[in-house]
Amino acid sequence: MASMRDIKRRKSSIQGTQQITKAMKLVSTVKLQRARASAERSKGYFTCMYDTVNNILKRVGNVEHKYLTSGASNKKAVIVITSNRGLAGGYNSNVTKLVTKHPGWRKEDVEIYCLGNKGREAFARNGYVIKECDSDIVESPTYADAAALSARLLASYAAGEIGEIYLAYTFFKNTVSHVPTLLQLLPVGVSGDEAETEESAGGAEAVMNFEVEDAEALDMLIPKYVTSLIYGALRESVASENGARMQAMDNATSNAEEMISDLTLKYNRARQGSITQELTEIIAGAEALG
Amino acid sequence: MADKSDFLLRIITPDRIFYENRADMVEFNTTEGEIGVLPGHIPMTVIVKPGVLYIHETGEEKKAALHAGFAEILPESVTILAEVIEWPSEINEDRAKSAMERAERRLQNKAPNTDIAKAETALQRALARIQVLK
Repeated sequence: MASMRDIKRRKSSIQGTQQITKAMKLVSTVKLQRARASAERSKGYFTCMYDTVNNILKRVGNVEHKYLTSGASNKKAVIVITSNRGLAGGYNSNVTKLVTKHPGWRKEDVEIYCLGNKGREAFARNGYVIKECDSDIVESPTYADAAALSARLLASYAAGEIGEIYLAYTFFKNTVSHVPTLLQLLPVGVSGDEAETEESAGGAEAVMNFEVEDAEALDMLIPKYVTSLIYGALRESVASENGARMQAMDNATSNAEEMISDLTLKYNRARQGSITQELTEIIAGAEALG
Repeated sequence: MADKSDFLLRIITPDRIFYENRADMVEFNTTEGEIGVLPGHIPMTVIVKPGVLYIHETGEEKKAALHAGFAEILPESVTILAEVIEWPSEINEDRAKSAMERAERRLQNKAPNTDIAKAETALQRALARIQVLK
């Protein structure tokens, strides 16, 4: 049996850890509330944007447009949104796994645009090409940052350097459930086309008119569409990150509690054992004298 | 269903719902020129150009500086998806003025590496801001 002093030392070290995890949980709870509020506030914009673009695509049908057909290059650009700091459970590894474990993708074809440090570390370790990395953007996402990123991506897409653009992020379903999601940004509407049409068929609205030509309207709208999706994904991911961290820290705190109660029991038993032993020794000594 | 004399106007930005109320008319600048939208308009999507947005409510008129985005017009409602939009109280006049001067200088000097389109947009934005404050 471990000595009383060892158990005591172990217990106080766990208590220290527990205090830290408890504090981290509180911090991420507050951050989560803030992130969730801002994600919800901006949700209206994205649903509206998504509906409008779908509406337009449905109407124009199979028009020849650079953003609707797959590029000549078989390079895939993947924007991966992760966090800058760890201790968030499986949050980061779940997102990176979407890319590394993707069945149809070869490592050489994928270019990573990384937002957040943890993702960069993971992809560098796995030997992926990291085209760009920005770790500040996830701390406080702004629309301008998303716009700059989407402008760069669209430029290389238009130049034929990349053929497809994907977005890997964590969808914030609710406080306890975060779903890692891979979304195809460009070409628009190649996958999941049927689901989209079914969805919008319910609210069949009047035919939309455009003041400008279809192609021109798409030229203007699709960059905005891509930007808003990136921005929305950033917001969702920040909320998910804090949610994941809150959960992880909550688990850590309750694990610590369990360990502490276990150690307390062991400590008391050891104390009792030592007292019993002392008593037996004294009695034995007294008997020997008598 | 509401009577036909007004429609639901929603102005949404990536960060907030800027405005949501019933309006009699809304006027703004598009790529094809200035338009005024009344209730019962045919469905249309237009792309916004920097300019002043006027909201006519019953007995009241509101102004805002609208910079970029697009608008979805339906008979019963108008939704403006604005990337940037500001109420007059949110605009810093001095900054708008200096931005205007800067853009004008860039357009006049015509240095070979100037992005003319960008400078023009900057000028239009600054002008819209100043106009709203008047």
